[in-house]
Amino acid sequence: MAGNSDNAAAADKKAAGGGVKLQGVMGALGMLPVLILVAIGFHIISGGRFFTGQNINIVFQQASVNTVLAAGMTFVILTGGIDLSVGSILAAAAMAGLITSTMPELSYLWVLVALFVGTGFGIVNGALIAGLRLPPFIVTLGSLTAVRGLARLMGGDTTIFNSDIPFAFIGNGTLTIIPGLVAIPWLAIVALLVIVASWFVLKRTVLGTHIYSVGGNEAAARLSGIKVPRIYLIVYGISGLFSGLGAVMVSTRLFAANGLQLGQAYELDAIAAVILGGTSFVGGIGSIWGTLVGALIIAVLSNGLVLIGVSDIWQYVIKGLVIIGAVALDHFRQKGSART
Amino acid sequence: MTSPVLEMSNVSKTFGSVKALSNVQLTLYPGEVHALMGENGAGKSTLMKVLSGAYKPDAGARILIDGKPVNITDPISSKAAGVSIIYQELALSPNLTVAQNMYLGRELHSYGVVSREKMLKDVEPVLRRLGAQFTGSTIVGTLSIANRQLVEIARALHADSRILIMDEPTTTLSSRETEGLFAMIRQLRSEGLAIVYISHRMDEVYELADRVSVLRDGTYVGTLDRDQISPDAIVRLMVGRELSSLYTKTHKPDLSDAKPVLEVENVSDGTRVRNCSIKLHAGEVVGLAGLVGAGRSELAQAIYGFRPRTTGTMRLHGREFSPDSPRASINSGVAYLTEDRRGNGLFLDMSCRDNTNTAVLKRDSKWGFVLNRRKADERARGAIKDLKVRVPGPEYPVGGLSGGNQQKVLLSRWLEIEPQVLILDEPTRGVDIGAKSEIYKIIDALAQKGVAILVISSELSEVIGIADRIVVMREGVITGEVGGATGIAPTQENIIGFATGATAPVAA
Repeated sequence: MAGNSDNAAAADKKAAGGGVKLQGVMGALGMLPVLILVAIGFHIISGGRFFTGQNINIVFQQASVNTVLAAGMTFVILTGGIDLSVGSILAAAAMAGLITSTMPELSYLWVLVALFVGTGFGIVNGALIAGLRLPPFIVTLGSLTAVRGLARLMGGDTTIFNSDIPFAFIGNGTLTIIPGLVAIPWLAIVALLVIVASWFVLKRTVLGTHIYSVGGNEAAARLSGIKVPRIYLIVYGISGLFSGLGAVMVSTRLFAANGLQLGQAYELDAIAAVILGGTSFVGGIGSIWGTLVGALIIAVLSNGLVLIGVSDIWQYVIKGLVIIGAVALDHFRQKGSART
Repeated sequence: MTSPVLEMSNVSKTFGSVKALSNVQLTLYPGEVHALMGENGAGKSTLMKVLSGAYKPDAGARILIDGKPVNITDPISSKAAGVSIIYQELALSPNLTVAQNMYLGRELHSYGVVSREKMLKDVEPVLRRLGAQFTGSTIVGTLSIANRQLVEIARALHADSRILIMDEPTTTLSSRETEGLFAMIRQLRSEGLAIVYISHRMDEVYELADRVSVLRDGTYVGTLDRDQISPDAIVRLMVGRELSSLYTKTHKPDLSDAKPVLEVENVSDGTRVRNCSIKLHAGEVVGLAGLVGAGRSELAQAIYGFRPRTTGTMRLHGREFSPDSPRASINSGVAYLTEDRRGNGLFLDMSCRDNTNTAVLKRDSKWGFVLNRRKADERARGAIKDLKVRVPGPEYPVGGLSGGNQQKVLLSRWLEIEPQVLILDEPTRGVDIGAKSEIYKIIDALAQKGVAILVISSELSEVIGIADRIVVMREGVITGEVGGATGIAPTQENIIGFATGATAPVAA
């Protein structure tokens, strides 16, 4: 054991200095070449229809909600946990938000309500995990079902519509950068802001370092004076908050919410994006930029497969295989990093 | 003269661009205990992994067993050649029985149905020969570490191994269990087995070994015969220079009228610690000795607020001190260095800088949450320089360092909080001799600066060498104290007396 890591250390020492930094960058951007190759591939196969301003905007829009959910999922997975309930929380938050938006005097508060409901469910997850020390998989599997039920209850199991929902620009508007040439969908801007904010929290704040610490070695984190239960509460709260934000994005796009269908299986795409982005399932290793790349790969796959006319059924098969391939990559990365 | 059972020569092993072994040789005779020594990273484990088939040596290596060349390519061919290795982390499945473990991977079966009865019967003679207190049907998870080792030895004998490699087998054993193991090793030696014994503990090697081979930086330095073995001779070979003295004790605690920094009175944790009282003065190094399982770490963790306290009071600088979490202790300037640095000390994937700064991130941060990266870098560079950590830079992941350097990084985490009380739990476990002597110097320098230090150690020569007085625990109770003002000489005998209950405890 010792000999193994010692030798690996010695081997690394030779390549040290700038080498370590380069490794980190490679880890974060490991999937970027894949993204670029896949995009170029689709562009060629589709006869030049992929890299058009309109299509790129569609890809960004499609990626945006998953990017936000995956950002929250990154926080959770970095602590070695998992949040299976993000799709259900998104549905519940959207229902609560839409119901509020139909109340004349409160309609403008609907965004806050959605964020609040999302955060609330997230904190309940975190409290069960931190307080009762239950496995995250079990807790969030339970809330996946229970919160879905609550979402249906809220609207009396119907679809709620609101064609004058306030802040509708989030879902459909674009921000014009260069008039007539470049306009970016607000959905994409929101997603990018979430990524930047997440990056700041993870890499530039004490909280971020503590999140990596808890994921890397929980016992050591406790002995070092880090309040571990608080970290769990916060990461699941963040995941809930971002689910609530996802609810805002989806509802403004659809002008409607439905407790049964909204957000179905979103957790799987979010987890896939995080894993594609190189964040380790064991916790402690990963980056938010990787998650962005992962979410974009999934969106490009969905978009590109439609562009080149692959049937809906085969899209499932291909996306599934990509996820397995990503976990295989994660496995090799673990092996490569000389962790014993 | 009997002929050697094993001759290894010209063994080299390259990892990437690094030569972990270079033309190493090793000769084993039947019926000898051959100690293999060297600092961490000297290549002991690599050499043994070549012998056990975990690594393939570079071309040109010659391995002869009974004078005939053998080709060891994987663990199976190594086993077939009669080699068994017992790793520090035992390779047993705790959920299976002893017999199932001994037959793991080569179960007896008829037409795919496992013959449990036959396996149980077959392992009995070996277990009896080793004097085991358990049977083949015992679940391994219910056995003590010492007994699990016995299962490993039984497995090796059962497979007709003639070469047995033991990698630091006593690290997790109490003294009594160690004696049992030594008796076992002597018995195996008399039965003609060749045993390779890897250990950092000089006294064990001195007691047990017929010959000692020493590796340094991946090369073979030399072999000492029984009559040449002495700690000095071994250390000289290992470090390649004279070590003037391993231990450093230049600090002089002034206890004339100084009030204790930390007073612990009647602390219990409800399970492993009962009514323990201990006082630490500024600038004093107090040793805490006892057998493994005596409750020393548990007492330290109760003081640190990591374990709940059911009884007792504590005072820090005369004021009440009652931490309910490590955070509270850290805020009061009390730090605890864990005995298990990889398990619950370091964040192996994170950089040295992050590991050094873990406990002070918040203190240094802007507005309580934005990292102060300049300050963190400064601290890490300072620590690397002050503690002589051998690392390419502060960004380097701590998991890639040797044991001694990892320990220094962990130690630096606690030095950054400028502790008034520092509890060190086995500070030199698994650390090579050069780093050991440096850690002793650091402890001594801290005491000179006025830090009150409690050192838990299972190495008696270590506590005697560095502590001003030594408190001894047995089964959760403090049974005695030696050295200092007690009038009892701090000798191994006196400490063992208190630790085993051979001496009647004296009233404080």
